[in-house]
Amino acid sequence: MKYKSQKVAYWFFALSMLLLVLQITYGFIMGFARMGMDGLHEFIPFNTARAVHTNLLVVWLLSGFMGAAYYIIPEEAQRELVNVKLAYVQLISLALVGVTAIIGFHFNIWEGRKFLEIPRPLDYLVVVNVLLFLGLILTTLFKGKQQTTTALVLSMGLLFAALLYLPGMLPFDSQVTDSFFRWWVVHLWVEGVWELIMGGILSFLLIKLTGVDREVIEKWLYVIVGLTFLSGVLGTGHHYYYIGVNKIWLVVGGIFSALEPLAFLAMALFAVNMYRKGEKKHPNKLALYWTLGAAIVSFVGAGLLGFAHTLPQTNIYTHGTLVTAMHGHLAFWGAYGMIVFAIISYSLPNMTGRKLYDSSRGRMAYWLTNIGMIGMTVAFGVAGVAQVYLERKFKMDFMLVQKEIAVHFLVLVLCATMFATGITLFIIDFYKHGRPSDEALEIEE
Amino acid sequence: MLSKKQARAFFLGGTLVTFLIFIGLTIFSFSKENDQTNRENLTAEVVRGKEIWESNNCMGCHTILGEGAYYAPELTKVVDRLNIRYDGNGEEVIKSILMSPSPWQLNGRKMVAYGMTEQEASDVVAFFNWIGKIDLNGFERVVSPLAKEKINK
Repeated sequence: MKYKSQKVAYWFFALSMLLLVLQITYGFIMGFARMGMDGLHEFIPFNTARAVHTNLLVVWLLSGFMGAAYYIIPEEAQRELVNVKLAYVQLISLALVGVTAIIGFHFNIWEGRKFLEIPRPLDYLVVVNVLLFLGLILTTLFKGKQQTTTALVLSMGLLFAALLYLPGMLPFDSQVTDSFFRWWVVHLWVEGVWELIMGGILSFLLIKLTGVDREVIEKWLYVIVGLTFLSGVLGTGHHYYYIGVNKIWLVVGGIFSALEPLAFLAMALFAVNMYRKGEKKHPNKLALYWTLGAAIVSFVGAGLLGFAHTLPQTNIYTHGTLVTAMHGHLAFWGAYGMIVFAIISYSLPNMTGRKLYDSSRGRMAYWLTNIGMIGMTVAFGVAGVAQVYLERKFKMDFMLVQKEIAVHFLVLVLCATMFATGITLFIIDFYKHGRPSDEALEIEE
Repeated sequence: MLSKKQARAFFLGGTLVTFLIFIGLTIFSFSKENDQTNRENLTAEVVRGKEIWESNNCMGCHTILGEGAYYAPELTKVVDRLNIRYDGNGEEVIKSILMSPSPWQLNGRKMVAYGMTEQEASDVVAFFNWIGKIDLNGFERVVSPLAKEKINK
């Protein structure tokens, strides 16, 4: 740690971990409900559990990204954060908005739009919160001694993520138009600007961990984010095939979304090559595991599994089935969950001064979470493909098919238990590092 | 070999061009001659039905236009489907489910008991009727060769 104000990041990461635990808890409620064990239905019906599960996913990742920005930007700009107190205000207000939204979901207070369930008045508070965050980050960056490509790409990702929240707030009478612009937020976040954020964090970590020349890493960062937008923006069309808009999206979405894995492939090759090229052997092995893991797992989850059902000819059968959940779980985990874990693993020893670089608990956390998540993906995949064949191809009744595939959710819950055990170990490691301290400034590598 | 400047130009240029094409295609899709969203039949009842659909987060269990949670049935063509199953009484069946004071529990999974008024239930049915007439580029019509015999019967 080079600047005292970087310590703010610790609390964003702590909030992130707390929300992740809650997200997993609600995931279990959904998994059991799918097996017919819905004893909590009266208090937490499935739609509540799902809204909490998906919204917490977004909020814990955002909290992780914000923590990453508060750690990375001062170091890249070579100055303290412009206002630390306001950063804490932003953290507390983010937590309050998130918790209020989640409590509201239990009392039927929501918008009922997939991934964007937060009610409108809270949307405005989200906007204020994000504006405060961006103000702090961008002012720090532009008042700093330098504006590196890594910092610019990360900040650009965060700025565009904020701007793209706005189309989701437009009111529409038509379900089709509503859905169309909802994807401007959801798709252009996860298959667009969030990849900028991921790329920025990845680039920072590779510079620190491998010692490869910044100019080389940042050049390839531009190529990767270029490929991301080149394929991802028009790739939005794969959500428009069958929702009631023009057939032109079958062609445009089909071609460009088929190119989307290229950006993830480039990212995986980039990370592995930089690691092999690097002469510096950083002692923080766990951070290196998570960094390389994020690049590789995101290629499999977001790239390959996305490609598996992105062509219109396939998607006509898989659209609206559990095949989407298969792709979604590994994609979010690989691309965004793991990169947040990577920056936490890198920054925590630097903020606390405790160099717990390579604990067996940390390695167990890495393998259990990843094997658990791959198992969950396979369980969703088998259930999804069975659903496609029975319901969509053989035209069996939806509920009969759900009974046939219920057994796969037992496998899902078992694998989720393994995943949750890994998360618990990671959080124990997090706790064992202790609190961030100014003394850590002197122990910088 | 590619320089950093060229890489940046690739990123900025590619992003700008694809984004402009994306905006152009959006305008094209919703222009009057290319619109297939059944916009002309959007009545006040349908809009109220959509509001009820959203305020109860029905998408948190069901899917509509193939989007939702995959926990309860797809509802885009629900009126047609229930008309076949209940001798033309599909709308009445839907209304009775929505107005029921106790949870609907066909085939095991419980639905929240919404206890809607007759008017609210009618609005939701109007929403389903409207959405059932949208042209979904074949999604609503696709029949796999595996089910052709079953459909023909």
